[in-house]
Amino acid sequence: MQHTIGLSLALAAFWLLNSGYYTPLMLSLGAISIALVLFIAHRMDVVDHESQPLHLTLKLPGYHIWLGKEIILANISVVKHIWLGNETISPSLTTIKASQKTDIGKVIYANSITLTPGTIAVDLVDDQIMIHALLRGNIEALEAGEMDLRVSRLED
Amino acid sequence: MGILIEISSALCLLAGSFLCISGGVGILRFPDFYTRMHAVGVTDTLATGLILLGLILQNPDGLVILKLIMILLMTLFISPATSHALANAAMHNGLMPVLDKKK
Amino acid sequence: MLIAATIAILVVMILAIIRGVTGPTLYDRILAVNMFGTKTVLLISLLGFVMGRPEFLDIAIVYALINFISVIAVLRFSDSSEFRHHPAEKEPAEKDS
Repeated sequence: MQHTIGLSLALAAFWLLNSGYYTPLMLSLGAISIALVLFIAHRMDVVDHESQPLHLTLKLPGYHIWLGKEIILANISVVKHIWLGNETISPSLTTIKASQKTDIGKVIYANSITLTPGTIAVDLVDDQIMIHALLRGNIEALEAGEMDLRVSRLED
Repeated sequence: MGILIEISSALCLLAGSFLCISGGVGILRFPDFYTRMHAVGVTDTLATGLILLGLILQNPDGLVILKLIMILLMTLFISPATSHALANAAMHNGLMPVLDKKK
Repeated sequence: MLIAATIAILVVMILAIIRGVTGPTLYDRILAVNMFGTKTVLLISLLGFVMGRPEFLDIAIVYALINFISVIAVLRFSDSSEFRHHPAEKEPAEKDS
């Protein structure tokens, strides 16, 4: 139930932001659209804790700030190596282990890896993530496990 | 105060443009598909963020700022999904990356 | 400064087109098209400010969504044999690394 309410609030905010017209006709059209989307989402059976991780709401902002810092540092490193040339890069492919228990934790971890330039999660099978990295140092940084630990801390 | 915001907006736009051009050079310069993907990652995360931040600092009215933030969030949510789908399809279809030979 | 950023984005789009035309494998082309699309979103938002018409942002939002869906839709067909990569056709990039 709380996920349905969360989804309808998000959809209402999206409609009101994009429309900009607050006449009764437009508002009723918006209400009908929200009802339609809710109906389709229920038929698809996607309204649950995975599409709407409400239980993570309080912990996510801190993680996002840390992730933003990581993204800025990774961007600077990749741009440096773009201008330094092909001799300075060392592309590598490895498989690392994700220690998260739930599926959503693993997806957050894999998405964070992909969002950080210089590393891409190519494949995710059970708890093994295959990673392509621009530099060997990137893989060593992931194996050190700070991001893994932070995502694990999110989910409990 | 106004001039300060103007200058920081210009700086953000300039840095974003530089990062974008770096990504564009990277996509031409890197040796294979997977490494080119990292170059595209630069233009999708920090470059987009800086350019949209520069536009936010141009000081439009409220609704426009919210729409710019919405574009930024959409880009940040969409970009890893597309990259992962593309890399996954390439790997499953047998495109092997060029790996570093010197250990 | 807005105009300078617009020109920079246009230059990046040209670079992406070059990669899309030359790109040895099919995936390079898809990657270039994807990058072209995300840069178009930025170009539309910048042009909205250059011309003083912030309504362009709505078009940018729609373009971001369409670009995402089109790339995912193309990759939906990646099981077909057209997408299989044959290592026999050596790309020139593979030799000089």
